[in-house]
Amino acid sequence: MGARVLVTGLGTFWGGRVAQTLEADPTVEVIVGLDREAPKIPLERTEFVKADQSYSILSRIVKATQVDTIVHTFLVVDSTRMSGRTLHEINVIGTMNLLAAAGAADSSVRKIVVKSSALVYGSSHQDPVWFREETPRSQSPRTRVERSLCEVEGYLSDFAEDNPHVSVTLLRFANVLGTDIVTPLTKALDLPAVPFIFGYDPLLQFVEEDDVVRSIEFTLRHDVPGIFNVAGDGRLPWSEVAAICNKPQVPLPPVLTNWAVAPFSRLGIIDLPPETVALLRYGRGIDNRRLKQAGFDYGYTAAGAVESFARAQRLRRTVGDSRPAYTYDADVEAFFRHSPAVVRQPE
Amino acid sequence: MGVEKPTPTPTPATTPDATRGGELVPLRRPRATAADPRLSDVDEWGRSEHMRELARQLYDPIYRHWFRVEWDGLEKIPRHGGALIVANHAGAIPSDAPVIMHGVEQELGRPVYGLADHWFKTVPVVGTMWSRTGGVAAHPENAYRLLREQQQLVLVFPEGGKGPAKTYDERYRLRRFGRGGFVEMAMRAGVPIVPIAVVGAEESMPILFRVPSLAKILGVPYMPVTANHLAFGPLLGTVLYFPAKFRLKVLDPVSFDVAPDQERYSKSRVIDEAEDIRVKLQATLYEMLAARKSVWFG
Repeated sequence: MGARVLVTGLGTFWGGRVAQTLEADPTVEVIVGLDREAPKIPLERTEFVKADQSYSILSRIVKATQVDTIVHTFLVVDSTRMSGRTLHEINVIGTMNLLAAAGAADSSVRKIVVKSSALVYGSSHQDPVWFREETPRSQSPRTRVERSLCEVEGYLSDFAEDNPHVSVTLLRFANVLGTDIVTPLTKALDLPAVPFIFGYDPLLQFVEEDDVVRSIEFTLRHDVPGIFNVAGDGRLPWSEVAAICNKPQVPLPPVLTNWAVAPFSRLGIIDLPPETVALLRYGRGIDNRRLKQAGFDYGYTAAGAVESFARAQRLRRTVGDSRPAYTYDADVEAFFRHSPAVVRQPE
Repeated sequence: MGVEKPTPTPTPATTPDATRGGELVPLRRPRATAADPRLSDVDEWGRSEHMRELARQLYDPIYRHWFRVEWDGLEKIPRHGGALIVANHAGAIPSDAPVIMHGVEQELGRPVYGLADHWFKTVPVVGTMWSRTGGVAAHPENAYRLLREQQQLVLVFPEGGKGPAKTYDERYRLRRFGRGGFVEMAMRAGVPIVPIAVVGAEESMPILFRVPSLAKILGVPYMPVTANHLAFGPLLGTVLYFPAKFRLKVLDPVSFDVAPDQERYSKSRVIDEAEDIRVKLQATLYEMLAARKSVWFG
C-alpha cells in the first residue's frame, strides 16, 4: 500500500470509511482527506483539507504533500442529493482536475483508485443478464448522473493510456445495501410499503457496504490495474427483497412511471430518480468474477447484503435512528494532531 | 506495495462504526450466520423451477390432449452438455416454443431456456411470466453463458419475428435465418446445433392478414388478425389455439470443427452453415407435410 494517500470525498460515507481503514494501517504514513464538507466520523490522523466542489485546489495539494496514491471516492451516484449542475461539477470537473494534478510532469502519484458505479451500464430491456467489464451499455445514457459517470470513465481510460507508470483501478459497484448507507433504494425499502412497477419484477444485485470498503482496501493493497465490477454473488427479484424486509408492496403504473413518481418526489414521499425507475423495471446484473480471480473474497452474497440491511432495519425499528453526535471542529482536531502539549505514544 | 496485513474480517463486532447519522454505536453486528435469506427459487436468469413446474402442470393437458404432440428422434437431443436447439417458428402467438420446452423437459428431464426477443421484457406481466418460466432475452452474452459456462439446453428460433408474422398462405416456408447469429453462438460456445422440424404450429393460429398501422400505434412487432379471432372473437381468439396435430422431428445434430471462444468467425462459413441447416430443415418440413394426411389428426 502506498505510504502517502489522498482520499477525496472525506466527508462522504465512503471517503470517511476508507480513511478509517487506512488509519488502522501503520505503513500508511500520511492520509490527506479532501472534501467540501467536514468529515462526519471521528478520524485520528487524517488531515482534512476543505476544497470547493470542482477541486481546483487539488494540484497544489498533490504537489505540497507528494502523495503517491489517490483514492477517488467522491463520485456522486445518487442524483437525488443535488442538482444536475452540481453533480456534473463534482463528477466531471472534479475528476478532470484530479487527473490533471495526478498527471502533471513532476507528479508523485503512482496509483489511482476510483469508485464508480454500475450505473455506467444503464438498465434497459436490451441488456444481457450479466454485464462483463467489456460489455458496452445497450442504450446511450439518458440521465445526468449516468452521462457524467460515463464521461469520467472516458477521462480515466485516456489518463491510464497516457500515464502507463500510474496504476489506475476503476471499481464499478452494484447497488449498495448494508447497515448504514442511505440510497434511493434503501429509502424505498424504508417506506411502509415498497413501491414496485406493476407487471415487472426485475432481478437486482447488491453489494454489502463492508465489501465496498474492503474491495477498495484490496485494490490499494494489491497492484490490480484495470476495471472491476464489484457485486455480491447472485441476483434476486425486487419482490423478494421487499419480502426479506417483511414489507408489503405498492404498485406504480407501468406506463409514464416517471411522471407518476414526480409529484411524490416533490412531496418527499418517494425519492426515485429516473435511473432507479429504470432499474426497478429491468434490473441489472454485473459479472463479479474478475475481481474474484484477482484474489478478492466477498463477505456477502447479494441476498446476504439484503439480509444485512433487513437486520439493521429491524434493529432501527426498535432502538430508533441515531442522530449525529460527532461534529468536526478544526481547532480541536488541530490541537490533538499538532499541539506540543499532546503527549504522543511512540509507535 | 506495503506490508501485507492479514485480511480484515468484515465482523469487527466491537469496533464502533459510522452509523446513519454518524454517531458511534456498535451497530455492526457479527455477520448473519443464519440460513440463506433467499425466499424464492428464482435463479440468475429469472427462472423459477416452482413456476416452471406449475406451468408444466397447467400445460400438460394441452400438450397431450389438445395438440397430441408426437416426437420423432427425441434421442438425438443430448442428455448432457450444452446444445443449441433451433426450429421453425409459426403461429401468430407462437405455439411451438412451449411445445418444445415442455416436451424436452418432460421426456429428458432437462431444463430448456428459450431465447426470445428483448421486446418481451418490455411487456408488463407477460415479460415477467415469460422470464419465470424459462425465457431469456436473446443476447449473445446470455447464450454464451448458458451454453458454454453452464452447459444448458437453449432454444432459439433463427427466423426471429419473421416466422410467426407470416400469413397463412406462406405456411411452412422458412424465412431468412437472420444473419446466422445462432451458428456463431454455437461455434463460440463449442456446442452442437440440434434442428427440430415442427408441423402443426402454423395451423394452430393461422394469420389471415396483418395490420401494420395498429402495430405501430401499440408498439408491438406485428399485429395479426387470425382465423382464431374470427372463430372465437377478439379476446378468446388471442389465447385459444385450433387443435392442430403436432409432429416434431429432431434432425441430426450439427457440430462445427472450429475452436470455441474466438472473437470472430468467418462470416462466409457462418452464412454457409446457417443456410445448410435452413435447407435441411425446409426439406424435412416438406417431407413431413407430404406424409401428413390430416391437419387435425396427423
